[in-house]
Amino acid sequence: MKPASFNYYRPSTLEETLQLLLDCGDEGKLIAGGQSLIPILNMRLSSLEHVIDINGLRELDFIRLEEGILKIGGLCRQRSLEKSPTVKEVAPLLSEAVPFIGHVQTRNRGTVGGSLVHADPTAEIPLSLLALDATAIIQSAEETREVPVQDFFITYLTTDIAPTEMLTEIQIPVDTLPKGYAFVEFSRRHGDFALVAAACLLDTDEDGTITAGRLAIGGVDAVPMIAQEAMDVLLGEKLTDALLEEAGQIAAENTDPEGDLHASREYRLHLAKVFTKRAIRKAYERSLQKLGGGTQP
Amino acid sequence: MIQAAKHEKVLVRVRINGKLYAEEVEPRRLLSDFLREDCGLTGTHVGCEHGVCGACTVRVNGAAVRSCLMFAVQAADAEITTVEGLSLHGSRHPLQDALSECHGLQCGFCTPGILMSAAEFLEEHQDPTTEQIEEMLSGHLCRCTGYKGIVEAIAKVAKEQKDR
Repeated sequence: MKPASFNYYRPSTLEETLQLLLDCGDEGKLIAGGQSLIPILNMRLSSLEHVIDINGLRELDFIRLEEGILKIGGLCRQRSLEKSPTVKEVAPLLSEAVPFIGHVQTRNRGTVGGSLVHADPTAEIPLSLLALDATAIIQSAEETREVPVQDFFITYLTTDIAPTEMLTEIQIPVDTLPKGYAFVEFSRRHGDFALVAAACLLDTDEDGTITAGRLAIGGVDAVPMIAQEAMDVLLGEKLTDALLEEAGQIAAENTDPEGDLHASREYRLHLAKVFTKRAIRKAYERSLQKLGGGTQP
Repeated sequence: MIQAAKHEKVLVRVRINGKLYAEEVEPRRLLSDFLREDCGLTGTHVGCEHGVCGACTVRVNGAAVRSCLMFAVQAADAEITTVEGLSLHGSRHPLQDALSECHGLQCGFCTPGILMSAAEFLEEHQDPTTEQIEEMLSGHLCRCTGYKGIVEAIAKVAKEQKDR
């Protein structure tokens, strides 16, 4: 299996890259880690006219914490995210999600930005960043835009980014993040695409009453989704088995999964409920632990 | 900026197992094919060619990666270690002995990739659990052994490292 021939460019600065994107127009394609793109090329499911390799842009490979905002460069490897003590401290949801991505051998190359822009509906990075209310910084030779991840996904593998634009940075406001967190997923084998994944962030007060939270589910629609209605029934309440059941039920009812050879629609609906419940319970328990006590439901 | 038009070859200089190679290849040349066809290093095996089986795993600047999911041109100026580099001075790597002793291979097709991943893994994990070893191995398919012998071999070397 060999990819079809393409014109290759390896720019060394961001400015050069953005100009190339502008010059190549609709026929230009960026390659970062290549862990999704190269299989597609190898199998000739697609061929490209111009390949712009951004692996020379070392300036985009960073993880920084600045004034309560975790900033992740577009070229940051998934493995760097996994190993980062900073990320573990300020956004542990990400540290919990990353080991589910492929295998260590693909995470060594695959990038955080590449996964977000590829927008596979079952992928861990897009789901986590949605739950974390992150913002994508999108640049072209002409302008720089800030797009909330919540508005970034359009449909399967399609995002709000033009052929002349690139993702240069991801920003996560970490000061206001809830303290309880959980990322759970189900796949047939470790490292396979998830059938269903769920991410939850929760805050509780001293009594164990849920005061704030975000819940996101992946694998159940064309894009990862926020399960706001399920979260709404939790707010202002203490978690009980009945309430957890209700939230899981609502979350599953609001999804619209398609059946395929990996799992039927009915099975995915079942998983959506079960894994939503697991995510909520785990996040709740961690939130209580952070408060240093409290009774478990 | 490096640039090449369709079918135009570019010079790729790369250090593999300590030796410098300079070959002219098209940018679409996969690193796996580059190693085997252009450099003659056929220890790296090519299985699925789309990143699933792990047979082609090599180390690029220390990191275990799929060589079928990289273009050779992307490895320019990098330090690469292939399975040939594990036993450069005539003596086998402890992992190679352990795989033999623990029956960690039969046909041997997957073995070079597993060796490269396991070598990186043991540098990062002084006292790994069975679960950690299995997680690392999830990136490799072996159709002969059922993995048990491979896990035992890696655990054995880890223990020897720790006891030393």
